[in-house]
Order: sequence, then C-alpha cells, then structure tokens
Amino acid sequence: MKRFLFTLVIALSALAVSAQRNVSGRVSDLANGEALIGATVLVKGNNSGTITDTEGNFTIAIPNDQAVLIVSYTGYVSAETVVGTQTRLEISMTASSTLMDEVVVIGYGKQIKSTLTGNIAKIGGENLKSMPVVSVEQAMQGQAAGVFVESVNGKVGGAMRVRVRGVGSINAGTEPLYVIDGIPISKDARNTAGAPLNPMADLNFNDVESIEVLKDASAKAIYGARGSNGVVIITTKSGKSGRSRVELDMQVGTSRPTGRREFLNAAEYVELFTEAANNSDDIDGLPYDDPDSWTEFTLGRFSRYSGFNDSWMEKIDRTDWQEQALRTGSLFNSNLSFSGGNEKVRYYASGNWGNTEGILVSNDLEKMGGRLNLDFDATKRLKVGVNLNLARTLTRQVSDDNAFSTPMQLVALAPITPVRDDNGELYDRPVTTYYNGLIDMEDGQRKVFTMRTIANLFADYAFTEHIGLRVEGAGNFYSVRDDAKFGERTDNGNDSRGYGYSAFAGATDWNTNAVLHFDRDFDSHALGFDLGTELFKSEYTRTYVEGEQFPNDDFKTLASAASITAGTSTISEYSFLSYFGRVRYNFDQKYLFSASLRTDGSSRFGKDKRYALFPAMSAGWVLSEEDFLKDNKTLSFLKLRASWGVSGNADIGNFQSLGLYNAGGYNGNSTLNPEQIANPGLTWEKSTETDFGIDFGLFKNRLSGEIDYYIKNTTDLLLEARVPATTGYQDQIQNIGELQNKGVEFTLNTNNFVGKFSWTTSFNIAANKNKVVSLVGGQTLIDDGSNTNVVKVGEPIGVFYGPDYAGVDPQNGDALWYVNETDDNGNIINPEATTNSYDDANFIVLGSPLPDVIYGLDNTLSYGGVTLNIRFQGQAGNEIQNGAGNFMSCGACWFDNQTRDQLDRWQEPGDVTNVPEARLGYGNGEQVRSSRYLSDGSYLRLKNVTLAYDFPSAMFGKVGIRDLRIYVTGTNLLTFTKYEGWDPEVTTDYLASNIIYGVDFYAAPQPKTIVAGFRIGF
Amino acid sequence: MKFNKYWLLTLIMFSLAACDKELDREPAQSISEDQALSTDANVKSVLLGAYDGLALDGLFGGNTLRDAELMGADGEIRWVGTFEGPRFVFFHQQIANNAEAENMWLDAYFTINICNNVLGALDVVNDDDREQVEGEARWVRAMAYFQLVRFYGQAYEPGGNNSQLGVPLVLTPTRQIDEASYVTRNTVEECYAQIIDDLTKAKNLLPEENGVQANKFVAAATLARVYLQMGRYADARDQANEVIESGVYSLVSDVASEWNNDDNSSEDIYAVQVSSQDFLEATMVTFYSIPEFGGRDGDIEVQQKHLDLYDPNDARLGLHYDGNAAMRTTKWRDQYRNQPVIRLSEMYLIRAESNARLGTSVGASVDDDFNATHERAGLAPASGVALDDILLERRLELAHEGHRIHDIKRLKGTADGLNWDDDKLLYPIPAREIEVNKNLVQNPGY
Repeated sequence: MKRFLFTLVIALSALAVSAQRNVSGRVSDLANGEALIGATVLVKGNNSGTITDTEGNFTIAIPNDQAVLIVSYTGYVSAETVVGTQTRLEISMTASSTLMDEVVVIGYGKQIKSTLTGNIAKIGGENLKSMPVVSVEQAMQGQAAGVFVESVNGKVGGAMRVRVRGVGSINAGTEPLYVIDGIPISKDARNTAGAPLNPMADLNFNDVESIEVLKDASAKAIYGARGSNGVVIITTKSGKSGRSRVELDMQVGTSRPTGRREFLNAAEYVELFTEAANNSDDIDGLPYDDPDSWTEFTLGRFSRYSGFNDSWMEKIDRTDWQEQALRTGSLFNSNLSFSGGNEKVRYYASGNWGNTEGILVSNDLEKMGGRLNLDFDATKRLKVGVNLNLARTLTRQVSDDNAFSTPMQLVALAPITPVRDDNGELYDRPVTTYYNGLIDMEDGQRKVFTMRTIANLFADYAFTEHIGLRVEGAGNFYSVRDDAKFGERTDNGNDSRGYGYSAFAGATDWNTNAVLHFDRDFDSHALGFDLGTELFKSEYTRTYVEGEQFPNDDFKTLASAASITAGTSTISEYSFLSYFGRVRYNFDQKYLFSASLRTDGSSRFGKDKRYALFPAMSAGWVLSEEDFLKDNKTLSFLKLRASWGVSGNADIGNFQSLGLYNAGGYNGNSTLNPEQIANPGLTWEKSTETDFGIDFGLFKNRLSGEIDYYIKNTTDLLLEARVPATTGYQDQIQNIGELQNKGVEFTLNTNNFVGKFSWTTSFNIAANKNKVVSLVGGQTLIDDGSNTNVVKVGEPIGVFYGPDYAGVDPQNGDALWYVNETDDNGNIINPEATTNSYDDANFIVLGSPLPDVIYGLDNTLSYGGVTLNIRFQGQAGNEIQNGAGNFMSCGACWFDNQTRDQLDRWQEPGDVTNVPEARLGYGNGEQVRSSRYLSDGSYLRLKNVTLAYDFPSAMFGKVGIRDLRIYVTGTNLLTFTKYEGWDPEVTTDYLASNIIYGVDFYAAPQPKTIVAGFRIGF
Repeated sequence: MKFNKYWLLTLIMFSLAACDKELDREPAQSISEDQALSTDANVKSVLLGAYDGLALDGLFGGNTLRDAELMGADGEIRWVGTFEGPRFVFFHQQIANNAEAENMWLDAYFTINICNNVLGALDVVNDDDREQVEGEARWVRAMAYFQLVRFYGQAYEPGGNNSQLGVPLVLTPTRQIDEASYVTRNTVEECYAQIIDDLTKAKNLLPEENGVQANKFVAAATLARVYLQMGRYADARDQANEVIESGVYSLVSDVASEWNNDDNSSEDIYAVQVSSQDFLEATMVTFYSIPEFGGRDGDIEVQQKHLDLYDPNDARLGLHYDGNAAMRTTKWRDQYRNQPVIRLSEMYLIRAESNARLGTSVGASVDDDFNATHERAGLAPASGVALDDILLERRLELAHEGHRIHDIKRLKGTADGLNWDDDKLLYPIPAREIEVNKNLVQNPGY
C-alpha cells in the first residue's frame, strides 16, 4: 500500500511538475490553539522541509496539489495533511500522552518517563481545564488508574475522598499527601460546624500544568513518612519565554440532581399509616377507638400534620417535600490568565472568580482567587522564583446529613402537611413531623469564609553543569471563619431568642527544604543523586464563641447577643524533620536503577520512637532498547519495572503518645479529667509495598499502556485499639495490626486515528483487594455498635456486618432473618433456617462498601476545529446501605414519609412480598442493621462530555485574537446503576471515615451540570 | 571560590538539620497524668471532675433515669422519638449493641476511674481535707456502681445469696493496659457490699455541710435508697430518718416550685448542677421537653393511663402540660435547670414504707410521713394509710424521676406484660465490651 502510494505520488508529481508552488500555514496545539514553535514540516516523499517560526508559521514549496505535508513535533502525534488547492493551512496537532519521552514530575525533581522505575500516573492540565466542578479532585475523577475519587455527597464544596491503591489505614489518615509546587499541604477541613468542607477547593485547577500521582513505593518513598497513602503532586503553570499570552475563559451553566426517590403521596400516606396503627393495636389487643390506642394516636397525628384540621381526609397532596429540598442550581466561572517572559524573567499570572449555586436550597459557593508564578534568572547560575496563590471562598453551608435542618431530611415530612400556614409563615412542629428545615433557610445563615495564601520562594543554584542546589521556603496560611446565626423560629434559636456562633480557625504550615542535585552522564552511564533535608511545622489555633438572646432576627453578629453562652480558644502544633537521599543510575537508558532512603522524625510519637527509616529501591529494563527488539516494527517500547519500598503514616492527632488530663468545668469551677492513657512507645505506621510493572508501546507508540501488580502491607497500624472500658478508657492508639491491599492496574492509551480526523482513547481500570489481616491480639472485630460498617479480620475494611434479611413470612407478615447459626469451626449449620426474632439472627458479612474495580474511559475525537470529549467513569462490586431505611422504608414504623416501595407490604396470609406487615411504633424488620437495606452500588457514569469548536485563527487576521474556542460541557449526564437511592456516589458526610463508606443517610445527590463557555486567547 | 560555595551549601543544609528540638511539642489544652495527681489543688480538681462524670448523660445527666422510666413504662408513657437506642429500650427490643447500654457502661467506668485516681492520690491532699476528699470520691463511686448493678445485674433478692452476676468491681486507678485490665463480673452480692462499704465510709468521713457536693446526709440518703432496694427496711428507715431529723432539708410548700430551678431547693438533697454554660450532658429536658423550651421534639409523651392515676385535685397532676399536641411532664421542661437526683420527699416515703412494713413508727407515724407529700399536693390528709397507698403515693410523687423500673423489680411487678426478672428489663453488657474482654459473661437473652 505504502509502496503504491509512493509510486502514485511520484507519478503525479512527475505529471504536475509545472504546478510547483508555495504554501504557507500555521501549526498549533489542538487543545489550546497555541502556536508550536520549531515544528518540523516536510513534504512527503521529498527532501524539502522547514521549521515553524515563533508564531508557528511556515512556508514551504510543494510540487503539486497532491502533496502531503508531514508535521512532527516532540510530544505530539505526527500529522499528515493533503494540501489540495489550499494556499494557507491550519494544522492542529494533538499532544500525545503516550510518548515515552514525556517529562514527569517526581518527588523533588523531574524525570523522563522512559527512564522511570516507579509507577506515576500523570494527568495533564488540559484534562482538567474548564471542568465545571469546584475542586481539583473532582476534576481528576476517573482519570488515573488505581486512584479512587469520591464526593461524599452533592453539597457544594463538600469533602472529597481520594484513595490511592485502596484504603491504607484503619484509624490513621488515608488521604494522599498533596504537594503543590513542591510544598506539602495539609488537607484538614477546619470548619467548625456542619459537614466538613474541602480545603482543596481553594486551588484553581485551571492553573494546573499537571498532576502526578505517585503510586508505588519507589516513587513515593522519597516522601517517606507521609507517603504511604500515595502522593499527589500538583504543578502549576509557569511562564515561557516568548510572546506573551492572555487567555480568558468564561462559562455559565445549570445543574440538577442526578436522581430522585419516590415517596408516598397523601392518599397513600393516610392509608399506610392507618393500616400500620391498626396492626399495632391488634398486637396490644386494644380496640381502635381506645384513647390510648395507636389508631386514635395516629388520627390525632394526621390532624396535627394537617395544621390541626381534618384536611388530611381529602387526601390531597399538600407538599412534595423532596422538591422543597432540591432545586435547579446554576454556576458561573471565569478565569483570566497572563503568561510570557523574556530570556531572564518568566511569569504566569491568573485570576478567577466563580459562583456555584448548588442543587440544594441555600447551598452556594463563591470563590475568588489569584496566582502569580514568577521565575527570574538572577545570574547565569542562580535562578530565583516565587509561586503565590491567594484564594477566598465563601460557602453558604447547610447542616450535615444527620441534622433535621439539612434540606434532604425534609423528605421525612408528611405529604398532608402544607409548607406554610394561612399567614404565609412556614409551619413548624407540631404541625410538621419534625423540624421544618426550610426555617433554617429563611431565618438562619451559616457562612464559612476561607482565606488561603500559599507562598513559595525558591532558589536554584547551579554550582557546575552537573551539580545544583534547590532551596525552598514556603508558608501555607489557611484561615476559616464560621459565622452562623439562627433566628427565633429556628430549631437552634427558638428557645433562646436566637442563637449564633462565630469561630475562627487558623492553620499555618511552614516548610523549608534544601536538595542538592547531581546529574552526569559518563558515556553510557547516567548517574544522578539527590540529597536533601526538610522541615515541616504546622500550627493550628481556633477561637470560638457562641451566644443567645438577640433583640430580634435582624441582628446577625454576637455583638448583639445578650448572653454569651460559650467561648474557647485552643492551640495545637506538630512538626516533621526529615533527611533523604536518592541515587539514580541507568546504563544506556536500558538498565535502570533507583534507590532512596529517608529518615523522618515526628513530634507526634514517643520521644524515643520519633524517627523511622524508609528505604526504597527499584529497577527497570527497557527491552525495546535491546538489539533483539530494537527494530521490531510492532513493539516500539517495552519496559519491565520492579520496585520495593517502605513508606510511613503519621496522620493521627497530636500528642497521642502522652498520658493526659484535660480541663473541664462543673458548677462554674474547673475540673481535671482523664483524657488518654499513655503509650510512650508509639511510633510510625509503615507500609511495605512491592510493585511489578510493564510499560509498553506498539505501532510507534500509537498504542501504549501500563500494567502493574502491587501488594502493599501496612503494619504497626496506628490503631485505636479498644481496651476494656472498665479501665475508664475506651481506646488507646497502639502500633498493632496489619492491613493489606493488593491489586492490578491497567492503563491503555491509543491514537486510533491521527491526521485531520483524530481520535484518541484513554482507558484505565484497577482492581484492589483490601483485607484486614490482624487486629489487637485476640480481637477479630471492631464494631461500634451503631453502624453496620465494621472492621473484621479477614475481610475488607468497613464491611457491612449484621443479620441477613430473609424476607417476609407469608403466614403472618413477620420480617424474617436467616439464623446463620455456626458450629465450632465457624461453618453455618443450616443456611436455610430463618427466624422472626432479630435477636436470634447471627451476624454475617453482608457485603463490602469498597468497589472491587474502578475504571475510567476517555475518548477525544476531533475533526477540523471540532473536538468531542467523552469520559465515562465507574465502579463495581460495592454495596450501599440506606442508613435511613429504618426511617423512610420501615413499613410505617414511625411517621416519616415512606418510600413508595413500602406499599408492597404484606397484608393478609398468603401475600408473598419482601416488605413486612406495617406496624406503627413496634416496627417489623425495621432494624437498619441488616441486609434489607443494602443494595448493589455499582455504577457507570457519563462523567464528562465536552463538545468544543476552535475557530481557525486565520479568521481573526490582525484583530489580535490568537484563538477562540467555544464549548459545551456536561457532567454526570447519565448514571447507570441499580441503586434505588438518590445517587450511588455517596457516603453520608457526618459518618464518613476510614471505616464508614457507602452509607446513604439523606445525602444530597450529585449535580448533573451543563455549561456553555468560551476560551479566547490573545 | 568554589570552596566557599560548598561551605555555603553545607551551612544551609545543616542549619536545617540542627532543628531536632523542633520535634519537641507540648500540648496546650492538657497536662500530664503525673501533674494532674501531684498537688492538693489538682487532685481536688480531679475530684470535681468525678461530679462532672456523675452528671454525664450515661449516668444522672439523664439517660439512665429516662431509661428506667421507659423500661417500666407499662403504657403510662410513650417514646415517640427517632433515636434507636431508647426506642428499642422502650419496646423491650434492645440488643447487645444498644447505644444506651454502651453509653452508661462507658460513662460509669470513666467516672469510677476518676474516683479511683483520687483515692489513689490522697497522700498529696492537705491533711485537713483528706477525709472529705476520700468521702466524696467514695460516694460518687457508690452512686455509679449502684446505677450499674441495677441496670446490668438481675435484681437483688432479699434473703437470697445473690450470686447472680453484677458488674466488675474496679477499685484501683488505671495506669496502664495490662492483664489486670481484663476483669470479670462480680456477683450482685459483692457489688452491693462494696456500695454499702463505700457509702458507710463516706457517711463517716463527710462533713455535714458541703455546698452542692456530697455531705454526710447525701451519703445517708443514698444508703436509705440502697437499703430499700435490698429490702433492708430497718436500715433504710434509719438512714432516711437521720436525713429527715437532721433538719437540713425541708419540703418546698408548692410542689411545682421544686422543679426548673437554677439553684438547689430546700428539698434537694443532691441535684446535678446545670447552667447555660454547662448543660450538654443534661438530657432530661432534651428528651422530655419540646423545642419551645429547649427540648428535642418531645420524644416522651405521657399517656392517659398515667394521668388517670392522679386524683383530679392532685397538684402533681398539674405537673403535666399539653405541649406540641401531647401531655408531658413539667419536671423536665426548662433547659439549663438543675436536675434533682435525691429529694427529701423520697426520704419521707422510704421512712413511711419501711415503718409500714415493719409496723414501727420511727421518727414519725406512717400517716404523717404519707401526708407530708400527700397534703403538699393539695389533697386532704389521710389516715390509716396502707402499704399500697404509700406505694401509689411514691409512684406519683416520684413519677418520671428514674425510679419506676427499679420499683417494679423491687416489688416483683410487671411491665408491659414482662415479669420483673425478664431478660429484657436489663441492659445487655455492651457488645463492644464483650468483644474486647473475653472474661466477661453476657447477660442471658443477648
């Protein structure tokens, strides 16, 4: 074929030899329209070629109209274009994420990907840009193999959970370490009340150049102590020498909840509750008209819920409370950046403003921020620079999922209850079943202001061509102010003429580090080493005051509170001190070795146990550089990797090794109370991880990927070991127990089509198996009693554990459970045996909240100036518990409005159903801790769809516009799941912990967002 | 020149490295255990912490008083709240992981450990105060154990050997977690013996006057209550008599004024001190009251069956009000108010019951003691009072105060059709404790 084409071209050029002419054009990056300077332009089958100038322009002589131009540029997929009759060409090139000469950021340095021996997932800034989400983690979701990202629920600015290669600890932290421009950033939420907010929302991800997730031990061990949960390195953009560039990005959009639940209407409500009351009277043997009967009680409640009248008898729907909680949200984001520089100074500056109105009533977020990245060649050898990030976020928060005042709990109210009375006032108890959370929206406010400054100063000094020193000093100043005021009608303020609080929390992290680099090639030997030291110090202060008795609801600050009922201030500190070294060696870029050693000390541990040593080593073999594969047409790249290393975790509270008393008060006098029992031997939690990987590229790397297998054992767990409470203490942090994560990851990137029509695909999938290996001697279970998630030896952390629901006895409508009685060996004796007594049912493992598999699939298609990006993301193999099932789906066990599936209840002997007989008060199978309220939590989500059009720059001529893109983006547009609740991406915010996953408790659904926007560059 | 550069480099590296002292951080809100138990003033602060412990929600802050009423509700009150723990207690469906059962266990042993720490540090207390500090710590410890043994152990049987399991007796401070931490349950007999020992010693050590903290008569009143529970009526009568005869306390004239007070009334022998600054663990209002007064949703409603027990003219019927569409008690209506735990009226009723049972009239006649509360309630004085009259009077006078289930057990009655010794009229040993300490035996039925 090729030969045929070649012959054809020759023949045609011979024919058209007189048609020789010049053609000019411009080469740009497909994604952002930026000119590519120095790209090579060749005429196919011809020796003539040229290079693009600083504007990306070129002119080349072509033999005839059939000429084909081949454009190539490092880091991009080569493009071929048939000239035809055109005289000016716009050639857009697609950046290739598959090329092996890509530079990736590693801990304290950078490295060419092909020489890496560790596992690092890279997400380019282009994949984050213009996403209509609040925080950088949301933008990362589904984009890196083995990196689990979850929004705990759909509240704006709410907490995110990121787990790299599984849950790595039982009681210590499990979030990865975030390093922004070389500086570790603590990620603790500091807001005082309500659900935890996400501090990463302060980072503008449009400023991000790339995100690298260090996953295996050799990559992250250089962060030693704090790397066991993975490291997310975020590098922000810096200016480049050359023509300056201004870019403006604006978007506006709207969002709706991804899902809704169905609840009873008025007629169904009255019917079901009357029936449930009758059934309970039958149990008590009371006539339905006895004054103390359940039926009389219920009729009284109907009247009460109607506003003390008989309007319920009309069975007309007064209110769909779900619609009161949810709304159509909106968002607006704008981002302006300037970048450029000359030979000496380079700059990148940006400002952003955005406003997101959430899908929950009165849940908004407004953010504003700026960045300045500047670097400057002070002398030939010295380069200095600064990265400065300023951000201010204002969140109008709603209370956490466990509060009656949280919007989603409105669904519990009765459909026979009107929202407002005849005077237009919101109804409250006793007319509403519970507190009407809308009063909080009308008569209360909960504002959280955060201010963050991250300032990083650095200096690079080159002693010689091969030896350099980099010194960095950084401060992360983070303050959070919570201001809340609840008026006289609110739940908080109704007994005290208004209630308010104001809290100020300030966290300051200081970081200094110095790293000496050495890099030198001796013939085929490349040797590098780094030697460094780092000090990290964090201080945290908080003051809090609350008051009551306000003159009226117009007064919002505590200055007007007649009674100050509480006030406090606290201080806490911790620090880390580290020394580290790393050696890298490769022979001929073929045999690769790396080893590192780090020692860390932490103030958090016992004085003699503060320091620990974290070694790592890794090796790689680039087979494709070997003679036997070098000329292989199919296999263009093949590398085998292996790594081993130890990393640590110290992410626990401060001062846990000490025996302490704290102060309290009784009757106005101060008291001293035992707080914790000493453990002077407390030390680091350690993870030992082994990783085997293969990196491959096929067909000139048009198809490339990675396969990894890892096994990570976490030992000396910083476990809140439970001790007999008869000691006066409940637990003690001990280094005990073991946890294992093992899994496989697979990433595949393909350039399916290149050229005028291009199509790239990126797919990642990861399976992780988590297992609790051991706990405190003899203990096999950590069960807090109230939650279904437990820690059980031999099972994944957080498995659901409880009685297995067996449906309904068709004879009497009783709920049944499997007895699951076991013999001495733990084998179940009679798996079919059931009981109607919850007490008699033995607990078994019912399912796991952790997915077996997480995956992402990203496709980008482009033709001409049109680009379509479609990203799917999902997970499989996990269960979700409806933690509010005992309220909303309990067969009218209490007056909460019920989900419509409860209408399938058993009514008379012979009924075959899964919903037991309705019994008010007594309940029937309503215990939340059973498999009745578990369902499959697997989902596949159309996470992101973007359709963009880039106007050809030729269109703008000399107007000054370099490029213009208009786009439409949708997120979470489609969700495929069997989960019957609002949304399968869920863990209720007030419970979310290392152990508790996958519990839905009136958690807000995720937003489904559509935005339209443009990006213009000058 | 080159030499100098390297010196600069080395200097920078080592200036950082010299910061090992950066790892020395001290807590700002806490002090070490050694400090806390090293001075007279600190030990007294720890002792005051024991009172705070007694006021926790798992003890007399309220949940155990509430649950004593819910367990013995017998259709007189109804739990209508959403909390699962009390709900299952009310319906007698509680299982081993019941949150209320766990909470009481944790709070009681937390408080007991404080007492043990104080008792273990008496040598640093000033000579003049040592006896009093010891007496107070013993009284608090006895209060915690008495509550524990009644909720986790089958009822004391007068005349029996009472070898049924009570709760583990831990009498020394915890300094570390070791083998000795894995205790076993003592018998009910041993528990009561310990409680009486602590209270008797406390009574001898304590002064007659001690503010709102335990004094001699508080200890005597507690002894009266314990002896009554054991069916030792003569001892109960004598202790109650001593408290009444002391003249330190007097009944308030209007029964309503006994409740919702900022300060102890003349009738309060011991009350949990609550204020707007210190109220979080005081939960009686939380569950019994309604939002208007600072309660939750009015989780406990009083049923007609209970109201029917009162004479229509009984002022104590007036201690109920219609709030949020149901009848409720005013005893636990207003937030930030002291919560009476032992009142003088209980002493009159103990003396009356004991005298009636024994056929004696120590201190006063049965009729006079009965009429003390009966007349105060606006009712005509009675004569020829029988034991049943006293028991009903006791039920009305002390309604909603956390006595009900203990009286049902003492009197071998029933609740909601369950016999007084039914498994479900006990708390389970908390599931977490059974899991952690294999030496503990679970109660039957769990």
